[in-house]
Amino acid sequence: MNSAQATVSKILNYSCVDGPGNRLVVFLQGCNFNCSSCHNPHTIGICNHCGDCVPACPHKALTVLEGKVSFDPQQCDQCDACLRACSINANPMVQTMSVEAVLARLTEHHLMLDGITLSGGEATLQAHFIGQLFKAIKADARLRHLSCFIDSNGQLGSSAWQRLLPVTDGVLLDIKALDADLHQTLTGRSNQRVLQSLRLLHQADKLHELRYLVIPGFTDRPSEVHALVELVQSLGTATQVRLNAFQHHGVIGPAREWPTASKNDIEIIAGQLRQQGIERVITPAVYI
Amino acid sequence: MQAIHKKLQQIVCDQTLSPQQKARYLSLEAENLLPYPELDADTSEALAAGVLCDLVEGHAPYKPRYVLPDYSVVLTQGSEYLELDAPKDLDEAINCLMIAYHHVPSVTGMPVYIGHLDQLLLPFCEGLTDDQLYTKIKLFWRYLDRTLPDAFMHANIGPQDNPVARAILRVDAELKQIAPNLTFCYDPDISSDAILQQATDNIIACSKPHIANHPMHQAAFDDRGYGIVSCYNALPVAGGAATLVRLNLKEVALRSTSVTDFLTRKLPYYGDLCFRLLSSRMSYLFEKSNFFTSFLVQEGWIDRQRFTAMYGIYGMAEAVNLLQDMQQCSGRYGHDAKANQLGYQISEALAELVQRTPVKHAWRGRAMLHSQAGISSDVEVTPGVRIPYGSEPDPVTHIQALLPHHHYYASGISEILTLEETIKNNPQALFTLCKGALAAGFREFTANVDSNDLVRVTGYMVRLSDIEQYNQQQGSRINTTALGAEAAASTNILDRKPRVVSHELSPSYS
Repeated sequence: MNSAQATVSKILNYSCVDGPGNRLVVFLQGCNFNCSSCHNPHTIGICNHCGDCVPACPHKALTVLEGKVSFDPQQCDQCDACLRACSINANPMVQTMSVEAVLARLTEHHLMLDGITLSGGEATLQAHFIGQLFKAIKADARLRHLSCFIDSNGQLGSSAWQRLLPVTDGVLLDIKALDADLHQTLTGRSNQRVLQSLRLLHQADKLHELRYLVIPGFTDRPSEVHALVELVQSLGTATQVRLNAFQHHGVIGPAREWPTASKNDIEIIAGQLRQQGIERVITPAVYI
Repeated sequence: MQAIHKKLQQIVCDQTLSPQQKARYLSLEAENLLPYPELDADTSEALAAGVLCDLVEGHAPYKPRYVLPDYSVVLTQGSEYLELDAPKDLDEAINCLMIAYHHVPSVTGMPVYIGHLDQLLLPFCEGLTDDQLYTKIKLFWRYLDRTLPDAFMHANIGPQDNPVARAILRVDAELKQIAPNLTFCYDPDISSDAILQQATDNIIACSKPHIANHPMHQAAFDDRGYGIVSCYNALPVAGGAATLVRLNLKEVALRSTSVTDFLTRKLPYYGDLCFRLLSSRMSYLFEKSNFFTSFLVQEGWIDRQRFTAMYGIYGMAEAVNLLQDMQQCSGRYGHDAKANQLGYQISEALAELVQRTPVKHAWRGRAMLHSQAGISSDVEVTPGVRIPYGSEPDPVTHIQALLPHHHYYASGISEILTLEETIKNNPQALFTLCKGALAAGFREFTANVDSNDLVRVTGYMVRLSDIEQYNQQQGSRINTTALGAEAAASTNILDRKPRVVSHELSPSYS
């Protein structure tokens, strides 16, 4: 028995946007950034059992049992009214999952999967669980063909990365901004550790993809794009860069007033990157 | 006679139909002035009430619904009737086939099966470069779409990775035509990953081909083989299907008082009536129509013994949900383990019924069970065993929910996965999904990618831009556009996530 447990916001059996091929994605609850632009802000907070969401649920899927909010998935209609009622960006629908439970899910679907991606929230806040899970996958004859990926904001410290990397096949690393002040404004944190993580992952040959969210008026500034080009050039022009377009879907608060990134906005920046010799620039297949 | 005159007048003067399309609708009206093949009162009543459906095949079955000629006959021996010598090179072989197709009847009047093309043409390809082959196939493909514009027309390729299969896939992705529809027969022991990847990349480009689980189909047929035709019907080559009638499981459930009543009384009762309908139509074709005096039989393109009777079912989702309601269970079909289990139980009962019921004239003396894709006039009833439009779970969950049904439906199970457009950036995901589904026991894998202009209406292809144009009263040279337009208007098919048109046939003027 493996006792490691994770607090899971959501699990998807199918994703073609979280790494190579078809992936099972586990979204872990909780984040150490607080990005205004977050498209799933309900994964940021951890439930404090205040109970505000209970009366908001029209399907009576939430109750308070012994001072704790309890969730009944059978009653849930996935209307997300509870998420809107939560004042701390938490999610009363989170479930606790063991390593065995995730392995069972993978075993059920492994024929149709290329791998698993741990996302969030910030997945690495539950690094111990990830390490245990990936180790168990690689020890299982039916599952070891699955590649093990992490989607991260890069805030994890280097010693923790060193423990995770031997069982991790690739990391999708988000860089929210290159300018330190802009990063602070957008996320509430410095980007110093993100840049450290980036170098460390690159050196360990585990950086699968660098992800950059284009927010018009913020991260599309010429100085930012220039800094992004320089950063990628320093890692090597074969580094895969994915440009994501800021959209309003899921976003709450003042960022809903920010302009969204159009296909044209993205293509201009992609063109600049390619012009500077960056070979693998991926742009969205869809703009919503 | 006033009403029929009025209808004929409408057909004759319809501004959207071509003269050929008008001639076909006029012939259908004429056929249906004849009396229906003899039916007993119970069967007639069930047919009139919509528990049974004959897919408006017509009152006088004078040709089989689906004909799958063994085209290797004409390619190796020529045809005395058609005054054709056996071809000596690829140009002659393609020319022979182009002539042959015009002599192969079907329910639509156009051939539904144009052959296992790579196997047929490979013997004539020696010494040709890939580019020469590509040019010839491209002209052939253009000819097919322009002269036989019916999306039920179906070509098969595979399982070997070979130059003809590759040329066909290349041309098909490039031209993005409605016709012909295409199936790649996949065998993990024979097909290379590279050719499967080319096939799944084609799905991203044009929602074709359909991928058939070759070892699974092969096991259901014999040495002369099988073909996939029309909307994913698996049938004996050198034969086909004499008829396809279907049982509306939703209507059976509506007439049941409990799950037990459904399984032990109503399903056997209406299931038996379905056999009576099918047998009556078979008798007419085999005993009265004189179809089997055709040169196709005399020259050995087809064999009278190799025509099956397709026993279709639809409305599984509604039937299960109604039965769930009767037991105060809220779980819905496609999403809830218990509801899905009930569905598998119904499929098993149907397969058992088909297995033990003799059918006169049918290949091997039995009908073949088929999960039927629906027609454009179906309202509030989901095709086959599919999950209702707009409520499908993610593709992996979707495949898992339907997987246990697949081995029961030997003559085909029409399912369509709809994939988000984001898959265009990640073709590996589709490859893995397809390969995995087939390895798990999916009999066939069919997918549409959102945003493709070319999409499936259950199995046949339409261009969404053609439907738009048709609805603006400009007509279409493609026969199936009208069906797609009717299906889109009368059902919720365009609600299908993200958008798939569904429904197989609209065989009469409306």
